[in-house]
Amino acid sequence: MALRAQTGPYFGDFGGRFVPESLIAALDELGEAYDLAKLDPGFGAELAELGRSYTGRPSIITEVPRFAAHAGGARVILKREDLNHTGSHKINNVLGQALLTKRIGKTRVIAETGAGQHGVATATAAALFGLDCVIYMGEVDTERQALNVARMRLLGAEVVAVKAGSRTLKDAINEAMRDWVTNVATTNYIFGTVAGPHPFPEMVRDFQKIIGEEARQQVLDLTGALPTAVAACVGGGSNAIGIFHAFLDDTDVALYGFEAGGEGVDTERHAATITRGRPGVLHGARSYLLQDDDGQTIESHSISAGLDYPGVGPEHSWLSAIGRATYRPVTDAAAMNALRLLTRTEGIIPAIESAHALAGTLELGRELGPDATILVNLSGRGDKDMDTAATYFELYDQENPK
Amino acid sequence: MRTAGPVIRRRNDEANGALIGYLPVGFPTLDESVEAAVALVENGVDVLELGLPYSDPVMDGPVIQAATQQALANGFRLTHGFEAVRRITERTDAPVLIMTYWNPVVQYGVDRFADDLAAAGGAGLITPDLIPDEAGEWIAAAERTGLDRVFLAAPTSSDARIRRAVDASRGFVYAVSTMGITGARTDVDQAARQLVARLSDAGAPASCVGLGISTAAQVAEVLEYADGAIVGSALVNALATGGVPAAGALAAELARGTRRE
Ligand SMILES: Cc1ncc(COP(=O)(O)O)c(C=O)c1O
Repeated sequence: MALRAQTGPYFGDFGGRFVPESLIAALDELGEAYDLAKLDPGFGAELAELGRSYTGRPSIITEVPRFAAHAGGARVILKREDLNHTGSHKINNVLGQALLTKRIGKTRVIAETGAGQHGVATATAAALFGLDCVIYMGEVDTERQALNVARMRLLGAEVVAVKAGSRTLKDAINEAMRDWVTNVATTNYIFGTVAGPHPFPEMVRDFQKIIGEEARQQVLDLTGALPTAVAACVGGGSNAIGIFHAFLDDTDVALYGFEAGGEGVDTERHAATITRGRPGVLHGARSYLLQDDDGQTIESHSISAGLDYPGVGPEHSWLSAIGRATYRPVTDAAAMNALRLLTRTEGIIPAIESAHALAGTLELGRELGPDATILVNLSGRGDKDMDTAATYFELYDQENPK
Repeated sequence: MRTAGPVIRRRNDEANGALIGYLPVGFPTLDESVEAAVALVENGVDVLELGLPYSDPVMDGPVIQAATQQALANGFRLTHGFEAVRRITERTDAPVLIMTYWNPVVQYGVDRFADDLAAAGGAGLITPDLIPDEAGEWIAAAERTGLDRVFLAAPTSSDARIRRAVDASRGFVYAVSTMGITGARTDVDQAARQLVARLSDAGAPASCVGLGISTAAQVAEVLEYADGAIVGSALVNALATGGVPAAGALAAELARGTRRE
């Protein structure tokens, strides 16, 4: 079977639905609505039109030779999801799930967010479709992504700062699930990545796979060939699966996912789930997981809020297990250096999440050599990260901090 | 083996039904959680449900979250769960079930967990985030060891899923009274009454209602139609604020709800 034909609930040994029985009816309802929508040309047409006239699809590709000079001379081509409305790939998925919310007749949406990009996209869709919206965000993340908190509130969403546990993305997901169990009659959970219980990993992937479908053709048109390698950062894994998917059965195209290596995978402060974790169950699915001997989730660390998650989507665990994709860690420092390098050489400021893919590409280019072409998913723009970057690179005036 | 079914049946013969009390292991300390559990039984709790603290408790409200986070911060380990079961069963006759999220069991090893729980004198497992569809390995281990396996049924469960929960469960079926998470509520949902009726139509030998029960009056009301009433957050709250004596006193008060007038 073609790898691209794989559907949920299971991807090899991974996936499933490890959730309270109270949520099963809602997951079934969502899955059935999605299965019907897939077959309905009207749904596809409506989503495509939103992509064209609201998101700005297709997103362009940009070749970046001055950056590529630092990558062993390989050709480097960026897929510009940073240019989407709201500033990242997250909007692709949110518009799909918001349309489904209307179909199942629910009037309230909830979402978790780490970097705030998924929260902003969800608040945006809620404004567009007139839905009530509550966003759960770990307290640590509301501080480091304060700009996005303000954006969500301006869009009319309620933002709840989650104070439980590690106060980051995983705890925001726990709180969103508790809300969903309680308010499932009126509420749809717009999940932000390819993790979670079935149908989310399959559905979110399907809404994101347009990234790779467009890029595959765009690279062919530009270079006359498929890329040597495709690179993306991996938090939960939605932008990565989005750009990988169209290439899964192109066996000559190597696929690389770059995880957040934090302060180094030999320290305790990283979020390199596939590199350092082992299979377990979290947030409704069996997948790789950072955990201790007792199965307690270990708190992750990354300078990037969007990658600061101790789990990963089950399809990535499967692609790793069967050897189709390779996952490597990238440290905070390497990512920040790549962020600055792309900014200085090409005038494009990437999100810190996406900068992990760029740092990985610098290394990959040196390994693959000047004949290689590397397609990189530039999943988001760096506006939201200016405070982190300014602090990291000491860009604020010393006399007038901020 | 000391399982829950016979005790629940007996309490329905001699009283209105069974009172089931929940406490997390290791809160506020391992010793005090054992003392508190023993005090519950001495004050009229018929079946114990011991929660294993877990880093990501999606089914739990603020009271139980706070307690289990404190237990984890104090160094809770899975083996403390077996130790607590052993110490409690040595001192009481009540069946002791473990309530646990699924990943700790997976990491310990499902068969090894079942063997160690049975060896400690435990009655079985309640698994809030494991549905029968994903439970093949656990059902086989429970079959082999004779442990109870308690699955949940919700007001939104389809008829087919209700049948599935009934078929998969041993001991009792945990009827989720209302849509939501753990925590005391002022009125226990009417939905619970309907759900229990659907469970008995599907052939459930015993259904116990949980989530939101905190007073003797609510226990009495639930036992009009259910075989057992499960109280969690209210007991944890009593333990947190007034220690073992307060937990025991609340248990005695709740147990009045099981008495026939
Ligand atoms: C720009 C950007 N890239 C990547 C991610 C990571 O998510 P995923 O791995 O699902 O693409 C995020 C998450 O917030 C993000 O904002």
